[in-house]
Amino acid sequence: MGEVKLEKFNFLTTTLNDAIGWARKYSIFQYPFITACCGMEYMSTSCSHYDVDRFGAGFPRFSPRQSDVLFVVGTISHKMGPVLKRIYDQMCEPKWVVAFGVCTCTGGFYDNYATVQGIDTIIPVDVYIPGCPPRPENVLDGLIKLQEKIQKQRQEV
Amino acid sequence: MQLVSKVKEKFPNLVLETLQQQSDDVIVVKKEGIRNICSTLKTDPEFRFEMLMDLSAVDYLFWEEKEFRFEVIYNLFSLSKNRRLFVKTRVPESDAVVDSVVSVWPAANWLEREVWDMFGIQFKGHPNLKRILMYEEFKGHPLRKDYPYTKRQPLVGPVN
Repeated sequence: MGEVKLEKFNFLTTTLNDAIGWARKYSIFQYPFITACCGMEYMSTSCSHYDVDRFGAGFPRFSPRQSDVLFVVGTISHKMGPVLKRIYDQMCEPKWVVAFGVCTCTGGFYDNYATVQGIDTIIPVDVYIPGCPPRPENVLDGLIKLQEKIQKQRQEV
Repeated sequence: MQLVSKVKEKFPNLVLETLQQQSDDVIVVKKEGIRNICSTLKTDPEFRFEMLMDLSAVDYLFWEEKEFRFEVIYNLFSLSKNRRLFVKTRVPESDAVVDSVVSVWPAANWLEREVWDMFGIQFKGHPNLKRILMYEEFKGHPLRKDYPYTKRQPLVGPVN
């Protein structure tokens, strides 16, 4: 957050942009788009051991129309590409995309006819979390980076 | 008497070769007789190969000593006799058509579609021979050895 002043009365002053960013970064409704083995790490991140709810992102929505962040978790094949694009198009603004695992970042070792070589060829990506699959700590690190990005950006209202 | 010799005795004109590979029984048959042989292997009380475990193919494009290009492989298992048998048939590129065995084992339906999708070998008499893994817009057959391994055919997004 930017500059915050505590006055002698119990209130804070800040900018509208910062306040909206603060609210948005701690109320991430995520849409998990899980296609492969990275899903296991996603599950362990979201369950009680690593508890993604500590970061305000503990509420997966299974409709893209109700979610803010699209978690693309696992290998995306060319056959799946149009589905992913359609899911992204259905989400309301503001929206962010996290590429979870190296397959979504670059295609990983699936350098072949069937696999999309990085989902950023189809949809814009905000945070890349590499790893095959990434450790939950790595996922949480990516999530914190996304929160920083949400806080700092210009908030469209 | 050994299983492979029994099959050879039954079809002297259709069996080209019999061999043992790592204790597996293998027969190589002419492609014209594949449905006939498969049907007999399933129903004959001597064989009883009730189960088609797998059906796949190999592309021998760069093997200069082989005068054929593809080999289609039927992996059979007999539940009642606890035996396995590999049936192979050789398919030239100029006439890449094999008789379908869906009428013998319904399990062959998706397996033959997969071989069609990946290798472009047609199965005559198949009820629904269309791609099963790749999308309809896909051109070519990706497991053929002459399919360029860097070639990409995305439905959305840039080509490479």
